[in-house]
Amino acid sequence: MSLLSVKNLVACLRNGANIVDDISFEIAAGETFALLGESGCGKSMTALSLMRLLPDGVVHAGGEARMDGARLFDLPEREMREVRGGKMAMIFQEPGLSLNPVMTVGGQIAEVLALHRGLREDAASERCIELLDQVGIPDASRRLDEYPFQLSGGMKQRVMIAMALAGKPKLLIADEPTTALDVTIQAQVLQLLRDTQSQTGMATLLITHDLGVVAENAHRVGVMYAGQIVEQASREQLFGKPLHPYTQKLFAALPSAERTGQALCAISGSVPPLGSITQGCRFAPRCDKAWALCHEQTPEWTVVAEGQGVRCHLYGRAEDRGLMTELPSPLASLPQAGEGNSVLNPQSSALLQVKDLQVHFPIRKGILKRVVGRVKAVDGISLAIAQGRTLALVGESGCGKTTLGKALLQLIVPTAGSVRFEGNELIATKAARASMQMVFQDPYASLNPKMRVAEILEEGMSALKIGDSSVSRQAHIDALLDKVGLARDSKWRYPHEFSGGQRQRIAIARALAVSPQLLICDEPTSALDVSVQAQILNLLKSLQQELGLSYLFITHNLAVVEYLAHEVCVMYLGRIVERGTTEEVVGTPKHPYTQALLSAVPRIDGMGREYIKLEGDMPSPVNPPQGCHFAPRCSHAMKICAVYPEARRCSKTHLVSCHLYPDT
Amino acid sequence: MSFMPVILWSDALVFLLIAVTGVAVWYVRRHEHLLLPWRRVTHNSLAMVSLLVLSLFLLVGLLDTLHFRSVLPQSNGGEKVYSPEVLSVFDKLVDPLRTHTEKTYSAPFALTLYARETRTDAQGNVLREFPRLQYGGAHLEDVSRRDADVVVRALIGAGLGLFVGLLSFYLTHRKLHCASGCDRAVSVVTMILTTLIGAIISLAAVYHVLGTDKVGQDVLYLSLKSIRTGLIIGTVTTLVTLPLALFLGVAAGYFRGWVDDAIQYIYTVLSSIPSVLLIAAAVLMMQVTIDTHPEWFATTASRADLRLVFLCLILGVTSWTGLCRLLRGETLKLREMEYIQAAQSFGVSGLRILTRHIMPNVMHIVLISLVMDFSALVLAEAVLSYVGVGVDPTMISFGTMINGARLEMGREPMVWWALASAFGFMLVLVLAANLFADAVRDAFDPRLNRTEVGV
Amino acid sequence: MIAYLFRRILYAVPILIGVNLLTFALFFVVNTPDDMARMQLGIKRVTPESISKWKQQHGYDKPLLINSTASGKDKLTDTIFWQKSASMFVFDFGYSDDGRSISREIVTRMGPSLSIALPTFFVGLLVYVSFALLMTLFRATVLDVAGVALCVVLMSISTLFYIIGGQFLVSKLWHLVPISGYAGGLDSFKFVVLPIVIGVMGGVGSSSRWYRTIFLEEIGKDYVRTARAKGLSELRVLFTHVLKNAMIPILTGVVVVIPLLFLGSLLTESFFGIPGLGSYTIDAINAQDFSIVRAMVFLGSVLYIVGLILTDLSYTVVDPRVRLA
Repeated sequence: MSLLSVKNLVACLRNGANIVDDISFEIAAGETFALLGESGCGKSMTALSLMRLLPDGVVHAGGEARMDGARLFDLPEREMREVRGGKMAMIFQEPGLSLNPVMTVGGQIAEVLALHRGLREDAASERCIELLDQVGIPDASRRLDEYPFQLSGGMKQRVMIAMALAGKPKLLIADEPTTALDVTIQAQVLQLLRDTQSQTGMATLLITHDLGVVAENAHRVGVMYAGQIVEQASREQLFGKPLHPYTQKLFAALPSAERTGQALCAISGSVPPLGSITQGCRFAPRCDKAWALCHEQTPEWTVVAEGQGVRCHLYGRAEDRGLMTELPSPLASLPQAGEGNSVLNPQSSALLQVKDLQVHFPIRKGILKRVVGRVKAVDGISLAIAQGRTLALVGESGCGKTTLGKALLQLIVPTAGSVRFEGNELIATKAARASMQMVFQDPYASLNPKMRVAEILEEGMSALKIGDSSVSRQAHIDALLDKVGLARDSKWRYPHEFSGGQRQRIAIARALAVSPQLLICDEPTSALDVSVQAQILNLLKSLQQELGLSYLFITHNLAVVEYLAHEVCVMYLGRIVERGTTEEVVGTPKHPYTQALLSAVPRIDGMGREYIKLEGDMPSPVNPPQGCHFAPRCSHAMKICAVYPEARRCSKTHLVSCHLYPDT
Repeated sequence: MSFMPVILWSDALVFLLIAVTGVAVWYVRRHEHLLLPWRRVTHNSLAMVSLLVLSLFLLVGLLDTLHFRSVLPQSNGGEKVYSPEVLSVFDKLVDPLRTHTEKTYSAPFALTLYARETRTDAQGNVLREFPRLQYGGAHLEDVSRRDADVVVRALIGAGLGLFVGLLSFYLTHRKLHCASGCDRAVSVVTMILTTLIGAIISLAAVYHVLGTDKVGQDVLYLSLKSIRTGLIIGTVTTLVTLPLALFLGVAAGYFRGWVDDAIQYIYTVLSSIPSVLLIAAAVLMMQVTIDTHPEWFATTASRADLRLVFLCLILGVTSWTGLCRLLRGETLKLREMEYIQAAQSFGVSGLRILTRHIMPNVMHIVLISLVMDFSALVLAEAVLSYVGVGVDPTMISFGTMINGARLEMGREPMVWWALASAFGFMLVLVLAANLFADAVRDAFDPRLNRTEVGV
Repeated sequence: MIAYLFRRILYAVPILIGVNLLTFALFFVVNTPDDMARMQLGIKRVTPESISKWKQQHGYDKPLLINSTASGKDKLTDTIFWQKSASMFVFDFGYSDDGRSISREIVTRMGPSLSIALPTFFVGLLVYVSFALLMTLFRATVLDVAGVALCVVLMSISTLFYIIGGQFLVSKLWHLVPISGYAGGLDSFKFVVLPIVIGVMGGVGSSSRWYRTIFLEEIGKDYVRTARAKGLSELRVLFTHVLKNAMIPILTGVVVVIPLLFLGSLLTESFFGIPGLGSYTIDAINAQDFSIVRAMVFLGSVLYIVGLILTDLSYTVVDPRVRLA
């Protein structure tokens, strides 16, 4: 007997486009059902439909949902309010925005207690403290009277979970609960969700785009694409043998160390706009196994095995099948980029050499704006990048990695240190503008919406006086567009006409317009869907081979690092704690922080390393801990950690700043 | 030539404004993405109807802006002598309205004055009676036939107006083969307006449709003349506001540091003085200057006009601070955008970033704020003129009309028509402006999510 | 907190100096005292003697900035700037043209001004917020559309119309309250009620619509969805969650005008014959009494700055994120 059963759920926009189209699934008590899909596939709308909290402009248009025998869509609003928060609670993606900023944490939880459990005053605050304890918030009684802004992101999500648990719901809907969090915090929150589930026996509807999260938390999975569930299976079935071509492609698009030498299997194109495909399979235009039938007839739901079903003609009636292919076609193999284990010798052939770079932001106060403190965003960093190599800079948000990137480009004036490009000092000069360029994180914010693509690409050339005539510049622009895989006539269009992935291609073309030798890529794929991320990573890789570019790749995504980088620097609180070749750092991490970081990444093979739990959050860079910055959170901390450890050499290329290893 | 064109200061500014608008329109038409929000405006039927009404007002205002002095019959030794009176094309068009002045008050469509006069008739009897008007309804022999005459003339005028309306509908629709809902609303309103105008024209020829004021001037004429004053206050002020707010606001936000401090200081000082008081102080001082230098002005019109221009200037100086603050805030946000940093990493100069990246991206705020301010300024003119710090008392404006008529409030029975017409015209103008401004804001504000720009 | 207040007051000094210099320039540099005298005495009948007499009477017969004939500190103090402008910093506003002390006049006239302005402000705020909440509650229904349409029409009507129309209807046609006048004590009720109602009416359109926009913006935020997901009713969401957050932007615009209420309303007071600061100002403008106008300008900006400080203080009440240090 399932706790929640959803049948043929449909939600549509006012203009009639179905954004949730014929969704059916069941969740048993104590089970975690994951809805997996890329942005805009309708997974959040499915959840909001169940809560009957669809935003203005979206309406429930059919189907039914039963929970504990009650038909959710037939309940009067009064009774539905009892279901919300009482039987079915929800937590959201942005804990920072989802809590009322002007109400205390205790007040917000007490509201649920009063509404659904009839608890007031002392009884309520007692229960609040219990709940906060339960979700692992230290010093719960004090936190009760604090406001959300006083809590870190991870803490806020814990409060959200406590608030959801307050009504003792039978079903928790978690809508991308960890997407906005850092990877170590994500591991904490996922662990918490698993623990509470085993304690309370509630069911969970987990909504996510992250295969790793699904692999770690879900029992059963529904894969969504363009408003439909295209495949449903148990976790073992799905990860063992994905059936739908889309699911297969999703797996193949994931970057990882094993695929380092190969191009990723990207899905061409992007998710179709809502309601644009009314006939045939919605994935057909992007599917390389599609045949005529796929474009004409919408595939029926086919049960392939016990508990596993798929919406694809490949598994339909035998006479419909045109051709049936096996698992993903062999991946195109690219030549190995450089020798994977070449000896690093940053001193001799370094293109970019950074020494003891510091970026401190003064904190000013009072009328005279006295400097009362410093934010040590980047605090003495040295690194080197050789021609044609990729150096990945890994760290969680707030560790100073973006500031470092901007300081290299002189967008932020460094406080001290030296940046040399081909031996020339860059600090306080505007030299080397053309030889170093940046690709930014958010393709929606990095292109001026009021400029045509041609103008965007030309700007750098004209500012740096590259190309003498407009004819030669136009020719160059055409060549650039070819290079990044965009049609030539797209140069007359404006950024809003492009999808996220295409915009990122434009941003890359803009950087390449001035023929740089080094590209600083600041999380260039973190705003993109997995399938599009693969396209961009492939592009970056082929550009490197073609043009001999060097990359400084700033990221928090370790899978991308493994796939793309030759060397890795791990940053924590403004300093590099470990560096080495990718194999060294990812394969045999030495620093406790690197180890914790790696263990926190959810793995799709389900064979995560032993999870090393990190206590608390990253301290503020205003007053970093004395001695080793990581010591307060480190399980190996010793007395000697009160002194900041010098870098020690583990191998020729592998350095680590930790007292656990012998001084060299 | 039987006349000499006169370009008053305000005329020159209006022409400048038209030129600027013309260039802007030409520029927008060449850029698809700039045209897009305007397309949204044109799809809003309420906005298009408002625009239609506004353009009628604009037409009157523009005709009233082409000034000239006509030649006087007598000549001064072969040299032409021009009348000291400055007239406009609009005055010439509605000449009867302007010249048909009665002695004093008369009600709308009245045949007699509003006050009894003592008259000695042929027999030598002293009579107290309402004398017949000199012009209003003078063609009627039989006083009792007035109502019928009004109806007949109104119908004839309305019929002719409707005919013109239908004709223009037919002519325009042969060209544009479209009939969306918006088009239909505009067409219907066009018909209504032409009918109404037809009726009014036909009636105004022989009656004082809205009565006359204290000195016998036709109230309809006064109301129509007031339009120009209101429009000038509402538009010319932006010529002052716009450059100040745009350059200072964007510069403060982009350069920060001492530039920001200085600009913030200036606008905090200005905005800390309650605007009415600042305007009052400035206008009083301007009045002193004007009054102590009578030799500067050739005609009373040019004097009143200069005062109007100064009023716009003062209003502009006192009202740019709000927009400036808004633009500074937006620029502070924009300068952290990644596309600005991308430009900086190419070494693009600060000035170029301001003009190429920041200004185009704050223009929607400027535009929204300008159209929103327009109606507030028209309303402010009336209040200021009432307080005595508005336009010159000799200048016809809604404020001076209300001010003059207000004194007659206590009169029994009340003289209501001048007040009613001033408020009525003002309401239509401001309402149309507000509705249009709303549509512009809806179309340009990026915070209002839209489905058409890809989900 | 005390330190914060102290700092804010220090910040205010340069602003007030700026205002002071600006008014000084406006009143004494744009037009010389001679010009003003000529204007006041009538341009035609003026003689050099009468001008110097007028200047002496008003204390304008001194040099503007520096008195080179005096010695010691009189070099600076025996000037128009020192005596007419700088003295305003200690709220010494001098005398009006009819010889009365402006400061005393201001103190006695504040009462009547406040008796209208304060109720107008608070009743108005209540009405506007309730109307806006109502429209928000019924958002995207016919009621909301009608409400917005009503607001647009109301805000398109001139304030003068509300006053004249109100006086005509209530006082002249229905004889409910006197057209104008003022009395102290409880009697004042019948004189102030109409101005208050009209004052509130005049702001309904623009304010309610603005508050509605603020409410709608808040209601689209994520925390409101959280509150609904808890099972709260729409009314409770609106009152406990949205209203609290919307107070922050509303306060920005509202608190700053509270001190300015002392100045009264120019229009209302002159129409209704209320002997407050508003009618004082308007009379001064009509009589071209520059000392009074100058005093009111300075007083106005002092009150505005007080308003800014109050706004900051009020944030600490409604927004826990703001701590003044």
